[in-house]
Amino acid sequence: MTEIIVVTSGKGGVGKTTTSASLATGLAMQGKKVAVIDFDVGLRNLDLIMGCERRVVYDFVNVVHGEATLKQALIKDKRHENLFVLAASQTRDKDALTQEGVEKVLDELTKENFDYVVCDSPAGIEKGAHLAMYFADHAVVVVNPEVSSVRDSDRILGLLASKTRRAEKGEAAIKQHLLLTRYNPNRVEAGEMLSVKDVEEILGISVVGVIPESENVLAASNAGVPVILDDDSNAGAAYKDTVARILGEERPLRFLEPVKKGFLKRVFGG
Amino acid sequence: MGILDFLKRKPEPSAGVAKERLRIIVAQERSTRGGPDYLPLLRNELLEVIRKYVNVDVEAVNINLERDSGHEVLELSVALPDGKPAASAG
Repeated sequence: MTEIIVVTSGKGGVGKTTTSASLATGLAMQGKKVAVIDFDVGLRNLDLIMGCERRVVYDFVNVVHGEATLKQALIKDKRHENLFVLAASQTRDKDALTQEGVEKVLDELTKENFDYVVCDSPAGIEKGAHLAMYFADHAVVVVNPEVSSVRDSDRILGLLASKTRRAEKGEAAIKQHLLLTRYNPNRVEAGEMLSVKDVEEILGISVVGVIPESENVLAASNAGVPVILDDDSNAGAAYKDTVARILGEERPLRFLEPVKKGFLKRVFGG
Repeated sequence: MGILDFLKRKPEPSAGVAKERLRIIVAQERSTRGGPDYLPLLRNELLEVIRKYVNVDVEAVNINLERDSGHEVLELSVALPDGKPAASAG
């Protein structure tokens, strides 16, 4: 059975595409057959983060409109042969996607025996975001420890519970996973940033993972290699833990303790 | 704390303020969620009508939609200002 996971947030710039790329790659590393779809029509970016931007010939909209077959449009990942990317159109507008069209593509992926389809939602709560979440079985709600992001994710949690196929058909609710990203334990300790517990209390659900703020995330996107593949980074390790938890494994949260500064830094600051 | 740290101004701890503000706004937004879209408009029009007779504040009108098993109750409460008799209709 194919499981559809939407990665969403409401607010932009919180790490949806970074998360989609690492989640899809992590699932593929566990031997799952995975497709990751960019729903941000007009502002394609997943291809860059996945490092396949020069291999995009056909896109999601082409498939929806019958201008290309799904097979032609799926880009096989360079590193994992069971991972495929479906890019967003860069030239069409957001109305180019329809609910029927999206359903057709998801049905075809189901027939092709994909284990997981990861839907990278655009920011906002308009059509693209609605379509990305509509057919989902799981939702990963990406949130930063910051007021506007927390408020927007509460709004998204409300939409997941009411404006999706599962909600409309009265089926079992979408499984919601809260993922806290850009977390800085030092600033939390200093009382400058909301803690994991604060965010969990405000939103009323517990986190599936906490990704520490890390320089390696920018380095990974610069290189077009999902950060989960960076074995030296805490962010990559935290994404690996998160993928394991989504697959049902129990793992304790890591990287929540402040990093103590060395002697020189303590003396000279920095 | 480094010896050069006094050169930098430390930001005030503000996470507590953020948490408190979020707690309130999230609770408020959840209470109106799922209600029909016309509720805010209904509230405004009711306020207009009430104001024809009594001078009340925007915050004085409270509309609540509650779902019981099988039926919905629209609850309206208006806090009238102290000591002022209602103006006669005219």
